[in-house]
Amino acid sequence: MTAATNAREAILNSVRSALRRGPLDDARRAELDARRPHHTRPAQDEELVARFIRKFESRAGTTVRVASRADVPAAVEAYRADKGLPAHAAVGAALQDLAFPGLEIHHDPAGISETMAVSQALAGIAEPGSLMMASGPASPITHNFVPDDHVVVLDAGAIVGHFEEAWEVLRARAEGMPRATNIISGPSRTADVEQTIQLGAHGPRRVHVIIVG
Amino acid sequence: MEIRSKEFKQRAVFAIHDASLQQALGKARGGFVGKRAQQAAELPEFEQLREEAKNTKNHILDNLDHYLERYEAAVTAAGGHVHWARDAEEARRIILDICKRVDAKTVTKGKSMVSEEIGLNEALIEHGMEVVETDLGEYIIQLAHEPPSHIIAPAVHKTKDQVSDLFEKAHGGPRKTEVADLVNEARRVLRDKYFKADVGITGGNFLVAETGSSIIVTNEGNGDLTQTLAKVHIVTSGIERVVPTLDDATLFLRLLARSATGQETETYTTISTGPRRAGDLDGPEEYHVVLVDNGRSKMLAGRFKDMLRCIRCGACMNHCPVYGAVGGHAYGWVYPGPMGSVLTPLIKGLDNAYDLPNACTLNGRCASVCPVKIPLPDLLRELRHMQHQQDITPVMQKRALQVWRYVATRPKLYHALEQVGARFLSAIAKNGSIRRLPLAGAWTDVRDLPAPAGRTFLELWQGKRGQK
Repeated sequence: MTAATNAREAILNSVRSALRRGPLDDARRAELDARRPHHTRPAQDEELVARFIRKFESRAGTTVRVASRADVPAAVEAYRADKGLPAHAAVGAALQDLAFPGLEIHHDPAGISETMAVSQALAGIAEPGSLMMASGPASPITHNFVPDDHVVVLDAGAIVGHFEEAWEVLRARAEGMPRATNIISGPSRTADVEQTIQLGAHGPRRVHVIIVG
Repeated sequence: MEIRSKEFKQRAVFAIHDASLQQALGKARGGFVGKRAQQAAELPEFEQLREEAKNTKNHILDNLDHYLERYEAAVTAAGGHVHWARDAEEARRIILDICKRVDAKTVTKGKSMVSEEIGLNEALIEHGMEVVETDLGEYIIQLAHEPPSHIIAPAVHKTKDQVSDLFEKAHGGPRKTEVADLVNEARRVLRDKYFKADVGITGGNFLVAETGSSIIVTNEGNGDLTQTLAKVHIVTSGIERVVPTLDDATLFLRLLARSATGQETETYTTISTGPRRAGDLDGPEEYHVVLVDNGRSKMLAGRFKDMLRCIRCGACMNHCPVYGAVGGHAYGWVYPGPMGSVLTPLIKGLDNAYDLPNACTLNGRCASVCPVKIPLPDLLRELRHMQHQQDITPVMQKRALQVWRYVATRPKLYHALEQVGARFLSAIAKNGSIRRLPLAGAWTDVRDLPAPAGRTFLELWQGKRGQK
C-alpha cells in the first residue's frame, strides 16, 4: 500500500471508529445519495428584475435596462464614453453575434493591461442581487476579474429568485458544471484597513449590468 | 506556526497596554456586532436557518466518510486530484511535492486558515519559493511578519498608520495615508504577482460532494485571481468542510456572510470544478484538493463533535469580551477567540493551551450568535473539567479549590468567613469601591472592585425576617 492510500484509509477508518461503526452498507449509501434537501428559502414578494436591480445597486453595482439584444452595443458604448475609457475591450465569444462599431475587441483572455471586458451572464439571482457567470471557451474567467471595468449582459428572463433555482440552471446544462461558476455581487471591495470599505481591491472597480428585455 | 498559547497571560497583559492595538480593537468592536445584528433582524428566517444548519451539519458529520468518498469521486471525474493528509506534516509534504514537481518559483495564496494551521508558508519559503499572501489583510500581516489575529479580518489589530509604515518600507515612498491610496498600492503590487504565479493556493469554505466542487467566498476577488492565473490551483481544506449538495452549501452561505462581516452576501462566491477544460482559454492546468484531518476525525468521537460544525465565520470572537480586550495574538496560535480556545487545546494538546479554556467569563454571547449553534461555553467548561481530571491544573489553583471545597461543604464555617470577609472589604473600601486588594492584584490592577455593604445577604435576610 502506498503512503497516499494509507492516509486515505487511515482517515476514513478514524472517522468510522469515532462514529463507532464500519463502512455504511449499500442501502444506506443509496438513501444518502437520493437525499434531496429542502432548506428554508427566505421569503420574497418582489418582482424579480426589480429586486435584482435594487439589491445589485445596493452593493455599488450599476445597471441599465434595454429593450433587446440589438441595443447592447450602444449601451456598452454609452458606458465606455461616460467613464472615459479607451476604445478597446475583451469581449466573450458568447457575444460574437453582436457588432461593436468603434470598439476594438478581441475574444482572448484578459491580460494585465486590459481595461474593460464585456461578458454574457448565465443567470441572475434576485435573492442577493448577484450575477452567475459560467466559465468556458466563450466566456473566459479572466474577463470577470482582471479589467477595472466589467460590463455584463444579463437577459431579464434569466433572473431567478433563489440560489436553488440557479443551481437547477447549472444542473440542466448539457456540458454539466462549468469549470468555474462565479457569483458576483457588485465591484470588488475590502474593509481590511480599519474596517473602511474601499471598492476595487483586486477585482473590477466597477461592474455594470445591461439587462436585456 | 509555533504554538505560544502558554504565554497567554503575559501576552494578554502586553495587549491591554498596547495603545495602537487598543485603538484598532476599539474601532472594530462595534462594527461587526452592529452589522450582524442588523442582518439577522432583516431576515425573519434567520433563527430557522440556524437550526437547520445545525441539524444539517450533524447529518453530514454522522455520514462524513460517505460524503468524503462521494466528493473524492466527483473531483476525480472532473479531472482534479484529491490528496489526504493525516496531519500538518503530511499536508505540507503533499503541497511541497506538487510545487517542486512544477518547479514553482512564485506561489500566491488566497486566505486559508488551514494553511496557517499546517504552517505552510514557512515550509515553502524554506524551499526557496516566494510566497505572496494576496488577501489585503493577510498581505499586511505578511509584511509585518505576524500571524493573523482574526480568522476573517487578519489585520484587524493594525491601525491605518501602521499599514502606511509597512507599505512605505516594503514598496518605497511616498508614504500613503489615505485608505484608498493604500488599497491601490497593494492592488498594483499584487497584480504582477498573480500573473507571475506558478501555483495558487486557496482555502475551501465548502466542498460539494454532488459536483466535486470547492467553494470560496471573498470580497476582494484575490482568491479568484490567485486560482485563475496560476498554472496549478491547490485547495487546502479540513475534512469537515464537505457538504452533500449545492443546496446544502446554500444554507450555510445564507448564514456565513451575515454572521461574518454583517453583509447579506460577500461580493464573490466562486464554485470551482476541476482544471481547465478542452477549449478553455484560461484557468489552471491542474486542480488539487488537500483534505486535512489533523485531529478532526478524533473530535468526532465525543463531546467535541459539535465543534466540527464550525463554518469559520468569526462571529464568536467578534462578540467575545475577552477577545475584544486582548485581540487575537494573545491566544498564541492560529485560531483565536472562543472557537480557538476549543480547537487549540484539542489540536495542539491540553497542556499546551492551559489558559485558553479558562480565558472565558462563560457569558454565553458566542453561543447565542453562532450560526451553527455550537455550545462554545459548554465545550470550554468541558475542557476545564478535562484539565482537572488530567491533573494539569496549576498547584496553587488546586490548593485554592481544595480550600474552597472544605469551606463550602461546612455551612457554618462558610457563613462565619463570609461575615469576616464582607466587613473587611467594606472597611478597606473608599467611596464604595476597592482600588487595591492583597492577593487579587491581577483583578484590581485594571479595574476597581465594587465594595460589599458590610453585612452579608444572609444577615440582612435574617434581620428582615426578625422585623416581620
